[in-house]
Amino acid sequence: MHFLLLFNRQSRLRLQKWFMPVSERFKRKVIRDMTMMVVGRPARSCNFLQWRDLKIVYKRYASLYFCVGMEAEDNELLTLEVLHRYVEMLDKYFGNVCELDLIFNFEKAYYILDEFLMGGEVLETSKIDIGVAIEDADVLQETLEEYMSKQTY
Amino acid sequence: MPAPIRLRELIRTIRTARTQAEEREMIQKECAAIRSSFREEDNTYRCRNVAKLLYMHMLGYPAHFGQLECLKLIASQKFTDKRIGYLGAMLLLDERQDVHLLMTNCIKNDLNHSTQYVQGLALCTLGCMGSSEMCRDLAGEVEKLLKTSNSYLRKKAALCAVHVIRKVPELMEMFLPATKNLLSEKNHGVLHTSVVLLTEMCERSPDMLSHFRKLVPQLVRILKNLIMSGYSPEHDVSGISDPFLQVRILRLLRILGRSDDDSSEAMNDILAQVATNTETSKNVGNAILYETVLTIMDIKSESGLRVLAINILGRFLLNNDKNIRYVALTSLLKTVQTDHNAVQRHRSTIVDCLKDLDVSIKRRAMELSFALVNGNNIRGMMKELLYFLDSCDPDFKADCASGVFLAAEKYAPSKRWHIDTIMRVLTTSGSYVRDDSVPNLIQLITNSVEMHAYTVQRLYKALLDDISQQPLVQVSSWCIGEYGDLLVSGQCEEEEPIQVTEDEVLDVLEGLLVSNLSTPVTRGYSLTAIMKLSTRFSSVNRIKKVVSIYGSSIDVELQQRAVEYNAMFKKYDHMRPALLERMPIMEKSSSNGPTEMVQTNGETEPSALESKHPPPVTQPTNQANDLLDLLGGNDVGPVIQTSMPTKPASSGGELLDLLGDLSLTGGPTSAPVSTGPPPQPGFLLDGLSSQNLFNDISAAGIPSMTAYNKNGLKIEFTFQRATPNPNIAVITIHASNTTDADMTEFVFQAAVPKTFQLQLLSPSSNVVPALNQGTVTQVIRVLNPQKQQLRMRIKLMYSHKGSAVQDLAEVNNFPPQAWQ
Repeated sequence: MHFLLLFNRQSRLRLQKWFMPVSERFKRKVIRDMTMMVVGRPARSCNFLQWRDLKIVYKRYASLYFCVGMEAEDNELLTLEVLHRYVEMLDKYFGNVCELDLIFNFEKAYYILDEFLMGGEVLETSKIDIGVAIEDADVLQETLEEYMSKQTY
Repeated sequence: MPAPIRLRELIRTIRTARTQAEEREMIQKECAAIRSSFREEDNTYRCRNVAKLLYMHMLGYPAHFGQLECLKLIASQKFTDKRIGYLGAMLLLDERQDVHLLMTNCIKNDLNHSTQYVQGLALCTLGCMGSSEMCRDLAGEVEKLLKTSNSYLRKKAALCAVHVIRKVPELMEMFLPATKNLLSEKNHGVLHTSVVLLTEMCERSPDMLSHFRKLVPQLVRILKNLIMSGYSPEHDVSGISDPFLQVRILRLLRILGRSDDDSSEAMNDILAQVATNTETSKNVGNAILYETVLTIMDIKSESGLRVLAINILGRFLLNNDKNIRYVALTSLLKTVQTDHNAVQRHRSTIVDCLKDLDVSIKRRAMELSFALVNGNNIRGMMKELLYFLDSCDPDFKADCASGVFLAAEKYAPSKRWHIDTIMRVLTTSGSYVRDDSVPNLIQLITNSVEMHAYTVQRLYKALLDDISQQPLVQVSSWCIGEYGDLLVSGQCEEEEPIQVTEDEVLDVLEGLLVSNLSTPVTRGYSLTAIMKLSTRFSSVNRIKKVVSIYGSSIDVELQQRAVEYNAMFKKYDHMRPALLERMPIMEKSSSNGPTEMVQTNGETEPSALESKHPPPVTQPTNQANDLLDLLGGNDVGPVIQTSMPTKPASSGGELLDLLGDLSLTGGPTSAPVSTGPPPQPGFLLDGLSSQNLFNDISAAGIPSMTAYNKNGLKIEFTFQRATPNPNIAVITIHASNTTDADMTEFVFQAAVPKTFQLQLLSPSSNVVPALNQGTVTQVIRVLNPQKQQLRMRIKLMYSHKGSAVQDLAEVNNFPPQAWQ
């Protein structure tokens, strides 16, 4: 996987994960192209596209488009499953997740993503393990009193 | 200073903005506050500020001033800080900023932290955006973590190692010992990431590949357990146990079995099992089947298995789900080369997919259809494809048109059918046809000698209908220029001949010249066509008038042509018929790289100018050679039955003047149009053609021979072999003169039998000085792919003591080494 983008129908970006080092200009171009291409697709079309030398897989969940750019050797049908698994994880964590959850808690969305994917590959295939890891890490996060009282360095 | 607002507040506030400007204002205000907070080195609120900054970054605003702050957060002891800090590093930093190297030490410390989640953060960041330097520094730590018993860390370390290997392939060896018992893990996460790591290593290094082949039985066993095992809630997806792992294992098996019979055999059973047992009602099952099919096709599987795979793809093609049909078409495209017949069986389904509404499917179906076209199904397929061409989106038309031309060229059942197909494409999608098809079509038309009348008639009729499609117009005007006489004489056999007068034809062509729809290239074509008709039609005065008008055209190209054509009327009228004669059959040039044996075809000068117009994609060196041949001897390739362009005896020098504007002496970049061919070492125009033609010619020690010796003119051939291509013999002719008078205007021509190709480079001069004071040298390159006995017919022309001398001779006494 080269990148994962989440955006809504108004082309507002909600999450961007880049697995390859690319320039800011390239990122902006990709985002522009993806939002244009994907949002413009008719309703019941195929979820796969070709863009330059990358395969693009996208899936729409409620008001959000999940869009992945991947190499020619990767399995498109499996990537649809990967996207679905990520949405399931978000749903479990937030409880009936909607776009607003992802707006106000974008950093959590990233943390969950980082427990599921790394470097463009699937890191953990067990739903339970990912959930446990996130919960434990959340517990580690200090409460306000703890945060204020603890020494920074 | 009041505490900075919380992240939620900020988000809420920004979302209330009603216009872009309002939003920008809010953001700027907040950025200013954040900046001053950063300046104060406030530890308490840094985390909050960076989080806000990241949100604003996502909206598209610049956030680079937060980069250092992220580093400070990473160095903090508090987990909350670290979490945000690492996230910020991943979002704001990449290897291009020097700042990122400051992270290395922090990451190193965190990799050894007591809390696994901190270690996890560090591994994640390194594995996502670590640069090569960071990877080099920290590879040792990663390797250590790869051997730990903590599965949470082990799986992260494995993917981090994958990233390190991608960045610094030399470090692959370092991870080899740690991979020893990776596959004996029970934890699926570790198993999955290990398979990814092994895949990466095998893809990058053939040694690793052979080393890991021994893992095939183990992988097969794991896969088997996955399929046979009962329901496992945590790994289950719609009834299938851990499809992610299954697919990854299949992919690794594919790589391991690729060119190895033993491994492939070990996999046959499990692949068959997966292929037959997997539940196909849901997408996940099909994902596994898809990967299985890809694996079967790639390894050395037995034929039964391959048939099974193709049938699965065939079933996919009939599936209701568009994604699956798309995937099937893509895979069939990959396998059509190797299993052509099997794929042919599904041809009708594939052709039906051309009518699908989905754009992605249509494109794949089109590509696959072209791959399936062969001699047997060409007529039927072409009908479908032409129908598709008519109705498809403009983005497809260019590719489809090129595909149609290629297919037609390879498999055309008859010339008439071929020309009809081309006409159909040109008339329906003429404006989308690629520029380089115009010269290809012209070549094709020239070669179909018996169809000339029919072709020109149809093209003329098409022109009458529509002059907006430039490729069509260009081809038509070229043909009319070439075969206009057939057009007016009404000689067509294939069709009802139409009655056209010369004036009508000239009207059409002049119309093209003035029309706003015509591009400058098209205008060039039509002007040249009009000129050519001056030898074929009788209304020369009209043509003269047109040509002289354009002598003052604003378009430089048209002006140049018109001026030269004018000159042809005035000063060189005696040469005009010869120059504007019918073109001989052109052979397709075969490009072999640097030793490109370009078939020259004695093109007359106007068409030499013309053929430079198509973009440099097509054989730019072709034009340089054509010009060379005009200067040098005329060279005819295989003996041609149609009229050979007879070079006027004194053409050498005068043509050089005629083409004076084209600055031919400047070396290979002599093409007057911007399509300057790249300098080819052999094609220097300054006459010293026999020097250093190829980068490495080895004089193979072939004896020289006397080819001709009469009336004081002696021509010797010396041989060399062009080492890049052993089929090319390089012959240098040395002409010397034993009489007491110079032989001026010396022209040497040569012809070879059909199986050879010949190229004549420019002579050193065209005066053979008297009394052996010097020689004229000229280089001939002969391509002899069939290694047949070399024979040559030569024609010599020169002026001697005031009279013109011409002679023909056959040269048969080539030494065997020259052509063996």
